[in-house]
Amino acid sequence: MADDSVYEWRAVKGFCLSGLFWGAVSVLIGLFISIQMWKPELNIGPFLTFGRLRAVHTNGLAFGFAVAEIFALSYYMVQRLTRRRLLFPKLAVVQLYIFNAAILVAALSLLAGFTKSKEYAELEWPLSIGVVILWVMFAVNIFGTIIKRKEEQMYITLWYLIATVIGVAVVYIVNNLSIPVSLTKSYSIYAGVNDANVEWWYGHNAVGFVFTTPILAMFYYFLPKSTGLPIFSHRLSIVAFWSLVFAYLWTGAHHLVYTPLPDWIQTVGIAFTMFLIAPSWGSVVNGYYTMGGNWDKMKSNYLTKFFIIGITFYGLQTLQGPTQGLRVVSQLVHYTDWVIGHVHMGTMGWVAMTVGASMYYVIPRIYDTEIYSIKLADTHFWLVLIGQLIFSISMWILGIQQGSMWKAISPDTGSLTYTFMEQVTANYPYWKVRTLGGAIFTVGLCVFAFNIVMTIVQAKKNQASAAAAGGR
Amino acid sequence: MAGSIYKKPILFAIVVTFTVLSGSIVMMLLPMMSDSMHPKLSTLKPYTPLQLAGRDVYQENGCFYCHTQTVRPLKAEVMRYGEYSKAGEFAYDQPFLWGSRRIGPDIAREGGKYNDDWHYKHFNDPRAMFADSNMPAYGWLKDYTLDPQGMEKRMKALSFPCTPADLQALAGKTKLDALVAYMQTLGSAVPRKAEAAMIAQGEKNPLAGNADAISDGRKLFETNCSACHGINAKGGIGPNLENNEWLHARSDETFFSIIANGTTAGQELEGGKKTKGGMPSWHETLDKKKIWSLVSYIRSLKGK
Ligand code: HEC
Ligand code: HEC
Ligand code: HEM
Ligand code: HEM
Repeated sequence: MADDSVYEWRAVKGFCLSGLFWGAVSVLIGLFISIQMWKPELNIGPFLTFGRLRAVHTNGLAFGFAVAEIFALSYYMVQRLTRRRLLFPKLAVVQLYIFNAAILVAALSLLAGFTKSKEYAELEWPLSIGVVILWVMFAVNIFGTIIKRKEEQMYITLWYLIATVIGVAVVYIVNNLSIPVSLTKSYSIYAGVNDANVEWWYGHNAVGFVFTTPILAMFYYFLPKSTGLPIFSHRLSIVAFWSLVFAYLWTGAHHLVYTPLPDWIQTVGIAFTMFLIAPSWGSVVNGYYTMGGNWDKMKSNYLTKFFIIGITFYGLQTLQGPTQGLRVVSQLVHYTDWVIGHVHMGTMGWVAMTVGASMYYVIPRIYDTEIYSIKLADTHFWLVLIGQLIFSISMWILGIQQGSMWKAISPDTGSLTYTFMEQVTANYPYWKVRTLGGAIFTVGLCVFAFNIVMTIVQAKKNQASAAAAGGR
Repeated sequence: MAGSIYKKPILFAIVVTFTVLSGSIVMMLLPMMSDSMHPKLSTLKPYTPLQLAGRDVYQENGCFYCHTQTVRPLKAEVMRYGEYSKAGEFAYDQPFLWGSRRIGPDIAREGGKYNDDWHYKHFNDPRAMFADSNMPAYGWLKDYTLDPQGMEKRMKALSFPCTPADLQALAGKTKLDALVAYMQTLGSAVPRKAEAAMIAQGEKNPLAGNADAISDGRKLFETNCSACHGINAKGGIGPNLENNEWLHARSDETFFSIIANGTTAGQELEGGKKTKGGMPSWHETLDKKKIWSLVSYIRSLKGK
């Protein structure tokens, strides 16, 4: 069943487990910085202060976790969908080693304070070059394998993978251009307002091509695979795909509402942001209709609920995001914890949920065994769901409170109602609740990791006993 | 035709590339080519080596994950932080450091708001000044001295003017000194907002000697002023207000306007006193009644 002779699974296995490891480390750091928010004594300078650890958390999850799983699951899906072995299996294995070395160095360099300090583009220039090299290796294998495919038609998943490879390459290279001063220090080649515009053109599309398109690729592949139901509408997939890939690049300015960025850029950005609801919901609707009359699978098939709840959070995320882009909403929630609630609904509810379920599907197949425990998978599901809801909901309430306190002007005297410190003091209960949500999520993630590791252990045992029975 | 592109990966990739580039060109590349994205205020100066070193320290320590540097043109925001940010203020910022979170306040207008002593004390131990602050302590920055040669390279990379005298000025300076110098440059290209006149000329304190006002004033003093003027106004970063003969001889109006408008260095006050600066303005956060209560409270300390 694992077809080791036909397919190349070493890199898939390696990237799955690497991503799991870096994901666990980064989530623990997330938990730690969430405690630093209400227990500032835990900031131990220079290395363990919030300003440095936060970058390790975000980069660790975007690059160490998400990108590793994108590599892993793309290599799995591309081989299945082209019905052939990865074109350059050795290259993929070399890529795995370089990747892990790069992530380790990246984490240490951020702790040491080496940072370009543009969000999601913090890594200093030698590491940025490393990222580009890794991405080229990925692109060569994905394109090579697709070009030499044995199945004529390219399935939806492959469209999204191609878009991912191209989209990330374009935005990453342009935004990371810098003037090196030494190995550990460089300055952006762009300045001021222009730098801000380039950065958020990049930043929004880092979300678009790391946390959206490759995850949709997984969704379109693994939902039908694990339920046995074909995707509802091919035509809807086509429309949703092209409009998404088109519109994403226009919207970065919604991160810069009311800043000195020229007004027309903000306005056009906001208009396209509203338009993005359509292609996003195209995929959501396609997912729901694929379930058609088979909603009983939510119960009977343990993976279905991960995908359906995942796409539901994607749907909520893509309604909330455009709303945040509107000027009236932005003036209230921009810079507040509301956005942190938005971020974590997307990452914990959509990305981590979909990736987790995809791994449950893939790991038993490439190790030629069954999942260790469906009960544990269910436990994992409920823990990460509850953890994420507590996290997001507490941050949304807090965000609105912050925005309201900042802008409150008392009507009779005309002066500001609250000092900044009064607003800070009001944060603490919510920040503690967030840590509770994060802790529940982390326990869920540990259950997941345990389940995956035990599945592999079980596979190794089975192989050993099969070999013994074979008398070899 | 409709389906054939899904059988031709190279064609497909080319079409995707153009689709991705369309928005990128209109929203990112074309603006970059136009002057409107590169404005510069005539009052804006490039960073000195010391200030740039401070900016690097700001980057290294991720201060921008907690502090923004853009004041939005919204009423409450301008009241809280000062004049809203102009595009031309950031021409020398590579990278820009506007930030996306306000765990701490915006500091686009930090320059001149407090004096250097305040910043040293605050970086050393933010919680000694505001018990509820969650800002990390940065006193350890004073253990790192600056490297003039390294700074020269950095100044060159950015093509900022840099004289040998500028570099000599770095000798013996620490990262903490640099950070404080950077704080004092923030927002300095834009003149401070004109102060609002809240009271009429010669107006007298309507709450003078009022017991309720004195007790309100004490509370306000403890939350807003003690960090600088010390417990019971015995002095610290700001002068002693208790046995302050000059102050207690002033008119209500002068007293009020010092608190409402703050001071900048080199103003001449009633009675010929020259200011050193560093007293923040309070008219946006404290209304008239509160400021008069503070005056009553401070006056009640005289001779205690
Ligand atoms: C964890 C978030 C956090 C980090 C990181 C942080 N700060 Fe703060 N900062 C705050 C908070 C909260 C306040 C308001 C309370 C106070 O003054 O301590 C503040 C206040 C300030 C103030 C006073 C602003 C004013 O006008 O009253 C300055 C200046 C400042 N920070 C500079 C810095 C610098 C420089 C760094 C990096 C070395 C930094 N901060 C890192 C949270 C943070
Ligand atoms: C950031 C520190 C700081 C804070 C907070 C602060 N002050 Fe001051 N204050 C100063 C400094 C420094 C001076 C001296 C100003 C000068 O010489 O220009 C001063 C001067 C004064 C003076 C004039 C006294 C003199 O001898 O020059 C008064 C009155 C005063 N402050 C009242 C207050 C009140 C009331 C508050 C609270 C609402 C307050 N201050 C908060 C730093 C501060
Ligand atoms: C235990 C779980 C987690 C905890 C406790 C946690 C905590 C945090 C905290 C405290 C912040 C800083 C918020 C702020 O600036 O105010 C943050 C930011 C962030 N986290 Fe997490 N996190 C968790 C899981 C995740 C996961 C799974 C992902 C991604 C897959 C993720 C991605 C991010 C991103 C992208 C940001 C930056 C947000 C922004 O800049 O607006 N986090 N997280
Ligand atoms: C239609 C889709 C979406 C739109 C229009 C959208 C819109 C927005 C907007 C306007 C902001 C800025 C809020 C502010 O700072 O005021 C934001 C922030 C963010 N969004 Fe979304 N969002 C969408 C989908 C997603 C998805 C699917 C994710 C996946 C995880 C995501 C992750 C993030 C992150 C990480 C940030 C924080 C950026 C930062 O400040 O560092 N978004 N989004």
